[in-house]
Amino acid sequence: MSATTSEPTSGTKMDSGEEIGALATIRLGMLYSPELREGLGWTLVLAVIASCGQIVVPIAVQQTLDKGLDGPGGPRFDYVAWMGVLAAFAIVVTSVASYAMTSRLFTTSEHGLATLRTKAFRHVHDLPLLTQNTERRGALVSRVTSDVDQVSQFLVFGGLIFIVSIGQMLVATVLMLVYSWELAAVVWLCFAPLFLSIRWFQKKLSAAYTVVRQQVGVLLGAISEPVVGAAVVRTYGVEDRTQRRIDTAIQDWQDAYTHAQTYTVTSFSLGGLSAGLANAGVIIVGILLGFTSDMTPGRVLAFAFLVTLFVGPVQMGTQILTDAQNAIASWRRVLGILETPADLVDPGADGETLPRGPIDVRFDHVGFAYPAGPPVLRDIDLTIEAGTRVAIVGETGSGKSTFAKLLTRLMDPTEGSVLLDGIDVRRIDARSLRRSVVLVPQEGFLFDDTIAANVRYGRLGASEDEIRASALELGIDDWLSGLPRGLHTPVGQRGESLSAGERQLVALLRAHLADPDLLVLDEATSAVDPALEMQIGRALERLMQSRTSVTIAHRLSTAESADEVIVVDKGRVVQRGPHAELVTQAGSVYSGLHASWTAQHSHA
Amino acid sequence: MGKDAELRGTTTLDGFRVLWVGVRREPKVFTVATLGAVLFGVLTVADAWVLGWSTQHVLIPAFDNGEIGTDMLVWVFALFMAVAILRAAGIVARRLGGGIMYYRMQSHTRRAVTRQYLALPMEWHQRHPTGQLLSNAYSDVEAAWSPIMPLPMALGTVVMMAIAVVQMFLADTVLAFVGLLVFPAVVAANLLYQHYSSPLMTRAQGLRAEVSEIAHESFDGAMVVKTLGRETEETDRFGAKARELRDVNIRAGRIRAVFDPALASLPGLGVLVVLAVGVARVTSGATEAGDVVTVAYLLTIVSFPIRAIGWLLGEFPRSVVGYRRAKAVLDARGSMEWGDAELPRTEQGALLQLEDLHYSYDADSPLLRGVDFDVRPGRTVALVGPTASGKSTLTSLMTRLVDPDSGTVRVDGRDVTELRKGQLSESVSLVPQTAFMFDDTVRDNVTLGADVTDDEVWAALRTAQADGFVAALPGGLDSLLGERGTSLSGGQRQRLSLARALVRRPRLLILDDATSAVDPEVEARILASLRDDVDGSAASLVVVAYRKATISLADEVVHLDEGRVVGRGTHAELLASSPAYAQLVNAYEVDGTPLASSTGVDAEGTTR
Ligand SMILES: Nc1ncnc2c1ncn2[C@@H]1O[C@H](COP(=O)(O)OP(=O)(O)OP(=O)(O)O)[C@@H](O)[C@H]1O
Ligand SMILES: Nc1ncnc2c1ncn2[C@@H]1O[C@H](COP(=O)(O)OP(=O)(O)OP(=O)(O)O)[C@@H](O)[C@H]1O
Ligand SMILES: [Mg+2]
Ligand SMILES: [Mg+2]
Repeated sequence: MSATTSEPTSGTKMDSGEEIGALATIRLGMLYSPELREGLGWTLVLAVIASCGQIVVPIAVQQTLDKGLDGPGGPRFDYVAWMGVLAAFAIVVTSVASYAMTSRLFTTSEHGLATLRTKAFRHVHDLPLLTQNTERRGALVSRVTSDVDQVSQFLVFGGLIFIVSIGQMLVATVLMLVYSWELAAVVWLCFAPLFLSIRWFQKKLSAAYTVVRQQVGVLLGAISEPVVGAAVVRTYGVEDRTQRRIDTAIQDWQDAYTHAQTYTVTSFSLGGLSAGLANAGVIIVGILLGFTSDMTPGRVLAFAFLVTLFVGPVQMGTQILTDAQNAIASWRRVLGILETPADLVDPGADGETLPRGPIDVRFDHVGFAYPAGPPVLRDIDLTIEAGTRVAIVGETGSGKSTFAKLLTRLMDPTEGSVLLDGIDVRRIDARSLRRSVVLVPQEGFLFDDTIAANVRYGRLGASEDEIRASALELGIDDWLSGLPRGLHTPVGQRGESLSAGERQLVALLRAHLADPDLLVLDEATSAVDPALEMQIGRALERLMQSRTSVTIAHRLSTAESADEVIVVDKGRVVQRGPHAELVTQAGSVYSGLHASWTAQHSHA
Repeated sequence: MGKDAELRGTTTLDGFRVLWVGVRREPKVFTVATLGAVLFGVLTVADAWVLGWSTQHVLIPAFDNGEIGTDMLVWVFALFMAVAILRAAGIVARRLGGGIMYYRMQSHTRRAVTRQYLALPMEWHQRHPTGQLLSNAYSDVEAAWSPIMPLPMALGTVVMMAIAVVQMFLADTVLAFVGLLVFPAVVAANLLYQHYSSPLMTRAQGLRAEVSEIAHESFDGAMVVKTLGRETEETDRFGAKARELRDVNIRAGRIRAVFDPALASLPGLGVLVVLAVGVARVTSGATEAGDVVTVAYLLTIVSFPIRAIGWLLGEFPRSVVGYRRAKAVLDARGSMEWGDAELPRTEQGALLQLEDLHYSYDADSPLLRGVDFDVRPGRTVALVGPTASGKSTLTSLMTRLVDPDSGTVRVDGRDVTELRKGQLSESVSLVPQTAFMFDDTVRDNVTLGADVTDDEVWAALRTAQADGFVAALPGGLDSLLGERGTSLSGGQRQRLSLARALVRRPRLLILDDATSAVDPEVEARILASLRDDVDGSAASLVVVAYRKATISLADEVVHLDEGRVVGRGTHAELLASSPAYAQLVNAYEVDGTPLASSTGVDAEGTTR
């Protein structure tokens, strides 16, 4: 994938992972979590020892009872003692092996899954904005939380036991073949329907559990929405409706699980029927064989015992195989994230680095359309000189924020290219880009921490003095020092313990602390009171002297003081030039906007 | 209930208590599943019996006589199949029953927990991160009921065990007692297991919630993370928690790794003891070898059931912890008390009276300090004040999102706390400062389920100047907006949020700076039509605003500063009487002159 790919790249959907086959899932899973492979061989050896031990004990007991206690010459102490020692030894060995196996399994799978979780989390952040938006937050969260937990259950309790079961099954088959190939054939014939149907069940179960995992995502989405929108739900008194929607999601989840469980149960009970069939078949065919060959009742009975050795692992195996579908469906969803191409390819170290200092911006015949939507920006072709302050104005929905997102490479244009300092943004190393270019988005977002912690997202490790100095530069130090807990004020979830204006102040401070060469402000002071806004505006004017700034605002006071105004209308740039020039162009979009702005502010 | 002392450790008894809750809730499914398990158990024994019968009556005679009647073969076949079919039926009943009970119990609890989320006050929500609430409603509930799956199997095997025990006693009392020592040993092992693993389980379940919190928050703020290039730091933050969870899981796993084989080997050890004692007793003539065989054999048979019970008990610590975490939500108090008074059914604007309101988020720094004013029916009041002066807080008191610490909010003379639930939202609508959109269609976002026609929806959209872009959307009113309305521009979201309030024809409409992302031109149009609309139905209006055009619409302006009303009157009166007010609302005009010359103007005093 080259960095300068020219095809439209925005809006890849999040990979659901549903197309990855079961084995491919496991292979891919191992690839992303290399820890899972570590020491697998030894763990397998331990598993074999543990499962052999489990057979030795009953056999030893059986032998003791048969030969030691109930033998022809009464109880034989030495024999009993020896068998006792043997059994005790077997128990100890089994226990130790089983402990070692389980704790190894826990260690490797938990290590592997923590890695997988973290990688998937990271990849979500590496995905383009639009791809992130194709999946609900709740569903994304479930992919790095409950889905991973589901895989862990399987890895610890399922995977190895399955392999061991297959091994036991094969050993039993070999033993059966040694006793009588005819009867062995009968047993396999009786189990044939089960084995043949397994693929079918796998398909059904896989589909059913895929639905289950989707429903888990839907359910979490349904629960999170009214939690996040708690205030709206309450002010509009729509608790009942919201609850109905959650109840529907809960019911759908339950139905999906019940449906999947039906297949599990059917395949499992089919196993039971096959076992019955095999028992009957062995006795009947054994008798018939007795008439024509050297078959004896003793051998038939011994064979019947072998059948139980065969049936046990088969049933264990089918059970794990069915349970595994849930885990595999989960695993797929996690891997699906990692398989989603990060199509805003970061050229990384090969990329170019932006030189420090004011940046000049060039939009070269840029066009943009959201996925499956009409063009939002058309043929934008303009240059913003380094060091200038540009204001972008335009009606709601005219494409201003879209412009800002293209400028900061949150999305790539569907046509044309965006160049910073003459370099195509797609060729700039992401670290250098984020270092030099900062956007304060229209939807402010703060993390549930203190003000200090939030602004440090702008500059890691900034000292409190540095932060205060920045606030002073921005002209918001009065506000900051007026807070009872100052920089240590907790902002609450999404910043909701601050007022809307205060949230914007924090976001602004955060951006200022990042010290960018190109600052893009999208309605960054829309909720701040006019007096404070003007104060900040003046401060920014000073601070932006040696940088390029692009400001989007509905309050035209910003435009009045900018070096240049760009007027966007229905996705096109219709006017540009200094404010003083644009207002005089009678009948233009800008003069209209400005007239209504002044009308709103000049009289009472 | 959720007391601290109890949160520390869990006991087997607690596990059974949780299960008992489930059994009482779903007795029928539980009975079916258990009967299925018993059937399964009995038929497993029957299988051995059929084999014995076939050997005795068919196999041996056949070999002895060298011939066999077809009818006998049919019998063998029929017997084996009958047992197999019945056993399969047992499996279906047990597993399907167990599954259905498990899913149903999760659903019951989730319905209860989410009802609580909707009932608990805003103040509670502010203290609980979304990620944690998601985890309470999902993974804790799942953990709580996880023992239900192995429960029927365990109970079925208890029945088998009971049969075995009776047979043991019939064989030899002393040996039976010796053999039964296995049971207290199992209980002791389990107690030890609970003791060591429950603190870890508690920790793990808490960490799961924290991991989910970080993921939720980080994905929520993905745009900020991206714009500031903080992906690595976020991954470190998440990775650190994920590793913490991993380590706790591994420690818990190690304990489980000790417990499982210990439990599995107890019956084997029991058999060895029985044999030792048995040999001694046979030698002393106290018992017969056959009885020792029987007891030992029976003990081997119960060894598998004991493991099934082990699986059940192994789930207990996680279950109890999950149950307690979910229960903590269910037991949370502080849902708002509503009365049963009703508001008059009229088209008239509502009368809003705020009487000496005091409110603080933090007891040390009061926010609202005695706010007092009225909004007479049909009148418009503008609420003006600097950033963080308490305007939004005041609007949330008016709509009873929160209750004041002291003072009263009255609508039409009624204390809002005496109103029946739902009454207030029928008459009063708030357009919040930040628009919130549901992941739903345009229509549903506007109506929120209210019974209104599409014509009314379009009328409201027209008033909010949202009809144009909605009509241009591919699906019109049926277009899906995406989570939180991501597919709309900021101003478009605000206008839908306005339409949402307008379509309800509220008698009191509160706009909290609800036009900030709307261009001046469009805003002017919205305000003009709002005024017409409001005048037409004579609704009362409270607007939080800075724009003079908006303010000048108001019959009265309330100037709020630092949680107090510092001025009231018409816009003109306030301009004349209050320099602080003038400075606040005239800030843009100072800039009528070129900015360079106004840089020196001091805006001190307008901010807190
Ligand atoms: N994620 C998206 N998916 C689909 N369409 C979108 C998306 N984001 C924006 N749009 C559409 O693109 C158009 C331009 O949106 P944009 O956010 O750029 O407008 P804007 O000029 O910033 O408006 P505002 O002043 O309201 O913020 C709008 O019609 C909007 O509905
Ligand atoms: N949930 C909360 N928890 C703690 N403090 C809060 C909470 N919400 C608001 N505050 C604090 O109360 C004060 C007033 O907030 P409010 O949102 O009412 O202000 P506002 O007047 O609406 O401001 P703005 O003009 O910025 O919207 C602020 O200092 C804010 O930090
Ligand atoms: Mg915008
Ligand atoms: Mg506010």
